[in-house]
Amino acid sequence: MADLASEFLGIRSPNPFWLASAPPTDKAYNVNRAFEAGWGGAVWKTLGEDPPIVNVSGPRYSAIHSNDRRVIGFNNIELITDRPLRTNLDEIRQIKRDWPDRALVVSVMFPMNEQVWAKYVPMIEDTGADGIELNFGCPHGMSERGMGSAVGQVPEYIRMATEWAKAAASVPVIVKLTPNVANILPPAKAAKDGGADAVSLINTINSIMRVDYDTLTMYPTTDGMGTHGGYCGEAVKPIALNMVAEIARTAETKDLPISGIGGISDWRDAVDFLALGASNVQVCTAAMVYGFKIIDDLTDGLGNFLDDKGMSSVQGLVGRAVPSVTDWQYLNLNYVEKAVIDQDLCIKCGRCHIVCEDTSHQAITHTVNGQRRFEVIDEECVGCNLCVSVCPIDDCITMRRLSDGYDPRTGQRISDEKADWTTHPNNPMRKPS
Amino acid sequence: MPDIRPNRLSREEIASNFSDLHPPLSRSEALVEADRCYFCFDAPCTTACPTGIDIPGFIQKIRSGNLRGSAHTILSENIMGGMCARVCPTEVLCEDACVRNSHEEKPVEIGLLQRYATDPVLDDTMQLFSRAAASGRRVAVVGGGPAGLSCAHRLAALGHTVTLFDRDMKLGGLNEYGIAAYKTVDDFAQREVEYILSIGGIEVRNGVTLGEDISVTQLRDEYDSVFLGVGLSGVNWLGIEGEELPGVENAVEYIADLRQASDKGDLPVGRRVVVIGGGMTAIDVAVQSKRLGAEQVDIVYRRGIDQMGASDFEKNLAKTSGVTIHPLARPLKILGPGHASGVLFERTALDDNGSIADTGETFTLDADVVFKAIGQQLRDGVLDDGSIKMKSGKIVVDGNQSTSLAGVWAGGDCVLGGDDLTVTAVQHGKVAAIAIDRYLRTREEGYG
Repeated sequence: MADLASEFLGIRSPNPFWLASAPPTDKAYNVNRAFEAGWGGAVWKTLGEDPPIVNVSGPRYSAIHSNDRRVIGFNNIELITDRPLRTNLDEIRQIKRDWPDRALVVSVMFPMNEQVWAKYVPMIEDTGADGIELNFGCPHGMSERGMGSAVGQVPEYIRMATEWAKAAASVPVIVKLTPNVANILPPAKAAKDGGADAVSLINTINSIMRVDYDTLTMYPTTDGMGTHGGYCGEAVKPIALNMVAEIARTAETKDLPISGIGGISDWRDAVDFLALGASNVQVCTAAMVYGFKIIDDLTDGLGNFLDDKGMSSVQGLVGRAVPSVTDWQYLNLNYVEKAVIDQDLCIKCGRCHIVCEDTSHQAITHTVNGQRRFEVIDEECVGCNLCVSVCPIDDCITMRRLSDGYDPRTGQRISDEKADWTTHPNNPMRKPS
Repeated sequence: MPDIRPNRLSREEIASNFSDLHPPLSRSEALVEADRCYFCFDAPCTTACPTGIDIPGFIQKIRSGNLRGSAHTILSENIMGGMCARVCPTEVLCEDACVRNSHEEKPVEIGLLQRYATDPVLDDTMQLFSRAAASGRRVAVVGGGPAGLSCAHRLAALGHTVTLFDRDMKLGGLNEYGIAAYKTVDDFAQREVEYILSIGGIEVRNGVTLGEDISVTQLRDEYDSVFLGVGLSGVNWLGIEGEELPGVENAVEYIADLRQASDKGDLPVGRRVVVIGGGMTAIDVAVQSKRLGAEQVDIVYRRGIDQMGASDFEKNLAKTSGVTIHPLARPLKILGPGHASGVLFERTALDDNGSIADTGETFTLDADVVFKAIGQQLRDGVLDDGSIKMKSGKIVVDGNQSTSLAGVWAGGDCVLGGDDLTVTAVQHGKVAAIAIDRYLRTREEGYG
C-alpha cells in the first residue's frame, strides 16, 4: 500500500489525519485513546490564560439530522479549555513523551497583548510540542472577549498576533482561520505577512441551528436563552474546500502550506482537501459523532485510493486539482454538453422531468408515444446538470459533450476553439481579441 | 364422530395468533421509510390507488412531521384510509407500482406509512373535516359497509342530510363482519365508523333490511336520492350431494362469528378443515381455522394457483400458517353419513381457453368441517323494483355509479365491476356522492 507517512512543516506523523483542536483533544485520556486508535496527530484543545475560562453546564452541542438521525451538521458553543494551564501542559508533555512518532500541536488563544504571548508561548513550547496553532477562528464566546474570530476577522490583528507568536516560538506556527469573513484571502495573506509557517482552515461557521417548535425559543437554550455557535460537520465541507482552493490558487498565498479542516468524515473528503491544496487534514466532528475508530477507514480508504491511482505517497495527491479551479470568466463558453438518460437504468420516477419543467428549461419529456418515458430534448437542454443532481439512480443520467455539428438549442456550430467571457461581444469590459 | 370443539389452543396462543398481522411503525421507522419515497412526478402509486390518494404528498408530510396534514391528504380521498392501510392488497396496487421495484425490488411500505399517518387521527378522534352549508336535501344510503359509509361521509361533508340504513346491529359491513381478525385488531372497524359518523349529519338506522323493512320505491319517494351499497349478502351454492349435511358451513358466517366473538377460544373449530374456494374469503377462513388450532386445513380450488382471487401475499400467508392449497380440483360430493366427514374431489385440468375440463381422477380429503368460500351474490328480493338494470346478478352502473333508475346510485360489491376490495367500495361511494351532489344542485327546482 502507498506510504501514508506525512510531514507537515517538518512535523512527522504516520498518516496525514490529525484530530483538530476541539473537545476530542481536551485531555490526555482522549488523546491517548486517539493515538491508540491510529490517529496520526492531534492539535490540543485551545489553551488560554490562567485562570481558565468556564463553560456552561447545559447543552453545548446540537445537530441537524437526517430522518434516520444521521448527523449532517453540528454546532457547538463550547469555549477553549476550562482546565488549569498547568494541568494541560503536564499532560501535553507526557503525551509527547509517550507518543514520539505522532504529531502533537498545541492550539492557543490569547488577548491582543504582546506581553501575554511572550509569557505563555515559551511555556507551551517547553512541553516538547511539535508546533503551535493560533486559534483566530472560534466565532462564539471568546470572540465577545476580543479573541478567536474577533481577531481572525481583522487581517491587521492576525498579522500582529502572528508576529508576537513567531517572536516567542521556535517551533512552527500555524494560523487557524475563521470562515466568517467575506474573503478568505486577506486573512491568509495577513498570516503569511506575520510570518506564519502555515494556515489551517476552516474553523466553525457562525450559526443558530433552529427554534424549538413548542416553546418558540431558539434551540438549544441554557435556562431559556441561547447564543450563536460554531457550525461544522459534513454540511460545511464545500465552504471549506472553496476557501482552501482560493488560498492554494492565488499567487500571493499559494506557497503557504495548508492544513485542511471542515466536515471530513471519510477518506474521500480527505482526497478533496488534499487535491485542492491541503497538505494534511484535521478532523473533529466525525470523531465526535462516531468515535475514534473512523480512523481505520480514513487511512485504509486513502491508501487504497492512492494505490488505485498509482501514487506512492500522499504528496503526489496534494494540489492535483488546484489547476482546474479558475474564475467564472475563464470558463469555455464554446463548450456544449447535453444530458443523456439511460433508459435501461431509468426507474421512471420522473424527478428529472418535473424539476426541469418547473424550475429549469423544459427539456425532459414525461410521455413518448403515449408511454411514461423521460427523454432529454436536446433543442431545450442547456446542460445544467440539474437532472443529474436529482436523479436517485447512480449513473442513470450522464452528461455528453457535443464535439461536432450544431447545438440543436442555439443552432450554433460546435467550435473546438475556446472562447470565454473576457472576449465575449456581450461583455462591455471585454478585452480586445 | 366429527372432532369439533372450542379451546384447542391456550388463551395465550390464541391471543398471539390473532395479534396485529403488520404491527404499526414506530416514529423512527416511519421517518426512515418515508425517506425512501422518491416523491415521483405523476406518481405511479397514486395512479394505482383506486381512490387516487396523493401518496408522495402524504409521505412528504410524514417526513416533515406534519402528521395531521398527512392524514388529511389520505382521508380526503379515502375516508377509510385507516382500514385500507390494514387490508388493501398493496402488493398488487400502490406498492406494486412503486418505482423502487425497478431497481431493488423493495417498494416503499406505503400501507404501513398510511397507517402511521392515520392512526393518530382515529386515536384522538381528530376532526379533519367540516360540513358545507346545509343544502336542505336528504339522501338515503342503504348499507353501512365501506361503500355506504364513504358515500354518507362525503354527502354529509357536502352539506346534505343522510339517513344510513343497515340490516346489522353494527355498521362497517365486511370491515366489521368479514375481514380476518388479525388484520384489524382492537375494534378498529368500529372506531373508524365512529370517526366517520362524527362529522355529523348522518342519521343511522340499524336493523333495517332492504327488501323487507324498506324498499327502493319507498326510498325514492321519501328522499331526494338513494345510494345502494348493500353488498352481496347471499351465499353461492355448490349444488352437490351432501351440501345440506351438518358440518358444511358458509365461510363468511364463520368469519363473522369469529369477529364478533368476545373470546375467540370459545368458537368451535374442527380438527380437520376443508375449504372450497380460492379468494380472500377462502384464505381468511383457512388461516383463522389454523390459528384457532385446527390440525389440518386444506384449501381446494378448481382452477390453477395463478387464477386464485387471493393475492400472492395472501397465498403465502396461508402457506406459512400451515395451510395446504390444492389447486385444480372440484368437489363432487360431501361425504356423510349424518355429518360431513370428508369431501370427494375430482382433479381438473384447464384447456387452452382456460375452461375447466374433467380428468376423471378422484381423491378424498377427510374433514370435520367443510367451508364453502365460493363467492356471494345479491340476496333475492333486495331490489323490489325490477327497473334497475342487472347483469350477472349484479347492478349495472355508469362511471358515476349511477344505476339505470333515475335518482338511484350504487357501489361496492353489489355492482358489476366491483372487485371485492374495501378501497374500491370506498371509491364507489365517493364518486357516487360527488355525482349525487351535482345532481341535487342542478335539478330543475334548484335550491337556495
